[in-house]
Amino acid sequence: MTTAAPAIELKGISKAFGPVQANRDISMSVARGTIHGIVGENGAGKSTLMSILYGFYKADRGEIFINGKPTPIPDSQAAIRAGIGMVHQHFKLVENFTVVENVILGAEDGALLRPSIAKARRLLTELSQEYGLKVDPDAVVEELSVGHQQRVEILKQLYRHADILILDEPTGVLTPSEADQLFRILERLKTEGKTIILITHKLREIMEITDTVSVMRRGEMTNTVKTSQTSPSELAEMMVGRKVLLQVDKTPAKPGDVVLRVEDLHVRRGGVDRIKGVSFQIRRGEILGIAGVAGNGQTELLEVLGGMIAATGGAVTLFNEPIDITGKHSNAQTRRARGIGHVPEDRQDEGLIMAFEAWENVAFGYHKDPKYNSGPLMNHAAIKADCADKMDRYDVRPPNPRLPARNFSGGNQQKIVVAREMDRAPDLLLIGQPTRGVDIGAIEFIHKQIIALRDQGKAILLVSVELDEIMGLSDRIAVMFDGRIMGERLPSETDQNELGLLMAGVVTDSTRGAA
Amino acid sequence: MDKMPKWADVILIPVISVVLALLVSGLVVAIIGESPIRAMQVMVRGAFGSAYGWGYTLYYATNFIFTGLAVAVAFHARLFNIGGEGQAAIGGLGVAIILLNVAWPHWTIALVAAICFSALFGAAWAAIPAYLQAKRGSHIVITTIMFNYIASALLVYVLVNVFRVEGSMSPETARFAEATNLPTASDFAGFLGFGTSAPLNFSFFIALLACVGVWLLIWRTRLGYEIRSFGHSDTAAVYAGINPVKITMITMLISGGLAGMMAINVVMGEAERLVLDFVEGAGFVGIAVALMGRSHPVGVVLAALLFGALYQGGAELQFEMPAISREMVVVIQALVILFTGALDNMVRMPMQAVFLGLRRRREAAAPRTPAE
Repeated sequence: MTTAAPAIELKGISKAFGPVQANRDISMSVARGTIHGIVGENGAGKSTLMSILYGFYKADRGEIFINGKPTPIPDSQAAIRAGIGMVHQHFKLVENFTVVENVILGAEDGALLRPSIAKARRLLTELSQEYGLKVDPDAVVEELSVGHQQRVEILKQLYRHADILILDEPTGVLTPSEADQLFRILERLKTEGKTIILITHKLREIMEITDTVSVMRRGEMTNTVKTSQTSPSELAEMMVGRKVLLQVDKTPAKPGDVVLRVEDLHVRRGGVDRIKGVSFQIRRGEILGIAGVAGNGQTELLEVLGGMIAATGGAVTLFNEPIDITGKHSNAQTRRARGIGHVPEDRQDEGLIMAFEAWENVAFGYHKDPKYNSGPLMNHAAIKADCADKMDRYDVRPPNPRLPARNFSGGNQQKIVVAREMDRAPDLLLIGQPTRGVDIGAIEFIHKQIIALRDQGKAILLVSVELDEIMGLSDRIAVMFDGRIMGERLPSETDQNELGLLMAGVVTDSTRGAA
Repeated sequence: MDKMPKWADVILIPVISVVLALLVSGLVVAIIGESPIRAMQVMVRGAFGSAYGWGYTLYYATNFIFTGLAVAVAFHARLFNIGGEGQAAIGGLGVAIILLNVAWPHWTIALVAAICFSALFGAAWAAIPAYLQAKRGSHIVITTIMFNYIASALLVYVLVNVFRVEGSMSPETARFAEATNLPTASDFAGFLGFGTSAPLNFSFFIALLACVGVWLLIWRTRLGYEIRSFGHSDTAAVYAGINPVKITMITMLISGGLAGMMAINVVMGEAERLVLDFVEGAGFVGIAVALMGRSHPVGVVLAALLFGALYQGGAELQFEMPAISREMVVVIQALVILFTGALDNMVRMPMQAVFLGLRRRREAAAPRTPAE
């Protein structure tokens, strides 16, 4: 391979959406046959830049060079012709088609499918062998694991002769071992001369696999460094613009009385058993972390405890008093009245009304609180004052109670939810994906708040798909797989590998420890 | 970071839509060989040129305020109540029942009873589709439309078989007792020149009161907060402990009640008896009124006034310019509904682009931006 011309070169790319300058004068060059990482906080402009490269958006200014040649990319067809392939965070597959049907979709040779499929099957087999991407061409996509579905996405791009692969947060939906397999595939693709751009917010992955890394901040590309010459803390500092604590500071837990006791909980939803007999307890001053790949019953666990859905079996007590989990005589408001706070997994669909102004959101779920009301009417002035106070103490920016929720950044939206749910110091806090889509600075802040609540002697149930977060915050870790708890571990006595195996439902000698 | 200033959203866009609709209407009038300018003059003069015109315009507007509020309240819960027509018809039945069966000493007491019964009957008619939506997921648009037909058939049956005056050929009830007749515009505003022929009556004030009530309900009460929350996101509502079944039911009951109250204006205030098809499409116009009024009571009043003027001006138009038939007038009204309701985005998108462009230019002109 010649290394004379870089595979991709961007010169002075700028793009604005209305008043927001999403990309400002970005120049970047990626050598052929390397893996280049792009990191940055949410809203730093990574996705916009990649969308420009893939022809979804048109840059206001700037040029794109592919293999040294200036190449305008007005649409994704042009991107494909230029040899660029994109693997999206959310797969774009037709679930009830087979692998081979998905791969040829949009790249059929003619009106008749049969010859295309035969050719595609042959090519797929070759590609699979060449790059170690083992997938059964005739398997139906919805029956494949998430990791294999991702391989189909990659094969789809290779089938279209992509030489440059862009992967957007590829490990978000994978178990640690699936992520390892993905990295091995990427290494293999690299040695075969492909160029890979990896967008991620996980610094560990950047360190593990990339050759070079660029940092984006507020629409600008602030640094590009060789991965071997940097460190996670240095990258974090470049992303945020100040020193950040990556490690959570906390003292050992001092667990007290049992706050929450869950026994043999069952939840059935949409005709599927989501929780199949889960039991655990949480004490005062303790954080129980629930690890697991998304979709293994954690969502339902939070929702049933938060009063959003009904359980089909089991018993739950709070301070030894039973909670009505059938949902007949209770809902999320009665749970709040019992001292259960709930930071939901999805702040945009559940935790906030995006069209409501911040102050209206501060009352959300607590709108019957007497201090927010005077007689039959709501006391807007009181709510606004409370909102301003919370915004001040929880560092919500901009501190404007009249701004609609959707106009805050992800991190500040989350701070509004956290302020609302944690400021009342609930006896039990349910908190799901506390830092999903939240910038590093806000992550640090939210983690500190969680620890502080624990140190006040409150019980916390933490659900997260980020193993680092679970390991960093939890006093005990339970791993959920397929609606069951596979085991409980102390963070000091386990590691990512063991948790990863449990998350994949593997019980081996090493994981069959005392629960 | 809103795309447009609020005044543009609330005032500019509806005004542009109406102007566009009138331009297209003018084109249609020109095509059939009449002068659009004269037609416009006739309409405006017919609607606003005399106390007589005002008397009709405000009378129609009263109907549209009620039905517009009904649709607007449901909109806040993201429920599309197309059933105003049927709910108003059944509301009329309620008015007739209570006014015919009790010897009311004074119109004020009768009015209170009529308000209660019209609202109750309208709400009851909305309750069944609401229940089907809340519990069974049957789409409320479909069920409320179907209930319009049932209501209309029911009204025919009741008027022919139950309430028809012995020996009469027309499907209508007996006249209500004189004591229940509402004051008309000539009674309470005769000094403004309203004659006895104008149908405007006391119900107009009830309609305005209803606007205040709806405003309080939606923006000042906990129930309104819950309705709006549910309308924006039903999952978030469940998260906040708001019962979707309860909110769907209550919202539709309020909506149906408001639609039913329209009957006070026509049945009690104007006809003074229950007649067939007295709703005359006001339930459907209410949808356009709510859309145009952006589901806000003030907007609803303004939009209702516009449609009232279109109705009254349109009637004058076919009277004064015989070449413009009744169907032509309906076309003009339909164009206004089309442009203000259905084609909202056609005006909105370009206007957003204009405001965005203006703002960008303003920001580019601002001295602080250190362009490269």
